[in-house]
Amino acid sequence: MASKVYGCIAKIADSIIANKEFLTELDREIGDADHGINMARGYTEALGQLPQDETDIGAVLKKTGMVLISKVGGASGPLYGTAYMKAAKAAAGKTELTVQDGKEILEAIIGGIKQRGKAERGEKTMLDAIIPAYEAYAAAADGGKDLAGCLDAMCAAAKEGVEYTKTIRATKGRASYLGDRSIGHQDPGATSSLLTMEAVRGFVEEG
Amino acid sequence: MKKLINGVDNVVDEMLNGMTAAFPQYIERVQGTDVVARTGAKKTDKVVLISGGGSGHEPAHGGYVGRGMLDAAVAGAVFTSPTPDQVYEAIKATECGKGALLIIKNYTGDVMNFEMAADMAADEDIVVEKVIVADDVAVENSTWTTGRRGIAGTVFVHKIAGACAETGAELAEVKCVAEKVIANVRSMGMSVSPCTVPAVGKPSFELAEDEVEIGIGIHGEPGTHREKISSAAATVDTLVGKILDEGIYGEGDEVAVMVNGMGATPLSELFIANLRVKEILDEKKIRIAKTEVGNFMTSLDMAGFSVTLLKLDDELKGFLNAPADTPAFKQV
Repeated sequence: MASKVYGCIAKIADSIIANKEFLTELDREIGDADHGINMARGYTEALGQLPQDETDIGAVLKKTGMVLISKVGGASGPLYGTAYMKAAKAAAGKTELTVQDGKEILEAIIGGIKQRGKAERGEKTMLDAIIPAYEAYAAAADGGKDLAGCLDAMCAAAKEGVEYTKTIRATKGRASYLGDRSIGHQDPGATSSLLTMEAVRGFVEEG
Repeated sequence: MKKLINGVDNVVDEMLNGMTAAFPQYIERVQGTDVVARTGAKKTDKVVLISGGGSGHEPAHGGYVGRGMLDAAVAGAVFTSPTPDQVYEAIKATECGKGALLIIKNYTGDVMNFEMAADMAADEDIVVEKVIVADDVAVENSTWTTGRRGIAGTVFVHKIAGACAETGAELAEVKCVAEKVIANVRSMGMSVSPCTVPAVGKPSFELAEDEVEIGIGIHGEPGTHREKISSAAATVDTLVGKILDEGIYGEGDEVAVMVNGMGATPLSELFIANLRVKEILDEKKIRIAKTEVGNFMTSLDMAGFSVTLLKLDDELKGFLNAPADTPAFKQV
């Protein structure tokens, strides 16, 4: 029987693979038309390599990170790979996650992505989805919401963050070459981050 | 999409096998990887040079592996940076105690993946340095962008740093020479028609019948602007004008010129473009020490070209004219 954490990664993988063409199309507009292809390749490989019965959340996240680093390429491979590795560290040895664990994992993810990508909020990257998502999650957690409530708040903020990327110009990544011409397009990396968060929420909701 | 391939998933694998099959005297594939290394690597006592990037730029980068240039090239998926584990395999397969220099083109993904590989090698006590090529003047170099892209000028870095390494120079010296090339090389490209990534199946952008894209990148990234197509001479004026605006190249200077095809440009058109490059440089009294015309850093089936100028001093000129023997670049 597959573990819960495997089920959650599988749910993320399904969403990314189902949106392969959508993500690639977004990237075609302001990048180099490979985001969905690369991410789908990485998650397809992860599905094949992950131990289905492993219940240690940290171990599964770490393995996912390593597979993405070695299979995705581009900028997304190191960034998502780093995010999973950092999340793995924060979840090491755990088999269940509390609301507080979720907050710490998001903090670790943001730290890792900032360091690897040398980016900050407002540069039209995945951070524009993830940082507001973290803030909304943390506020909901501090307000006493349960995990499902926190994830709802997180996804709503991430969605707004993706919308926000349409209004700003890119200063990181390939889209930055376009200058003002990047305005009006939503960032592919922020979009795949939103899909990831929505998949986690969906997994928790389905129990 | 019409492509002469056997399947979109096999493009890189079959390309690498076909390339090594054609040039076994120069290159071989490192087993189980997408790394092409000099045949019989690890036999020379020298600093090793490793470059690479996404595929689709052939003959870059595997074509430049050989005596006087690279020791290994790492191929990513088409237009996608290779992953850190692959770059690390290239380092392990070639490094022989004097260290490795990674020659990286300035793209967010390439820099991140190569840096992660350098971290992995450092953990094994292998000395690794890196240089980042950013020669494309079409992209403004400011804190507001990722910085200039690395394009065709990278081939001059391979050639000159490669010749330096071949003399037995230490890693610091080879890196210093590579950085001197990077400081003095500038390029700009344009596209007449777009390219199609096999896995995507449709063109990376669209151009009207009478339109060209100026300042195009080598991955089909849109350029700085579009305009109505004009003559080869007027187009060269635009590209070279922007390069000369850098203020690096002045009267009496000596330069190397590269007129690089993007993959689907007839050589006749490249020669026509080169004629105008020479006229402009003659007018400016900039001396041409060496000219390369051909397909050096391509972008799949894109039509168009780029112009590269490299300012030379005695040291760079010496290394540029030193022997090189690789599948795609030979210097007697």
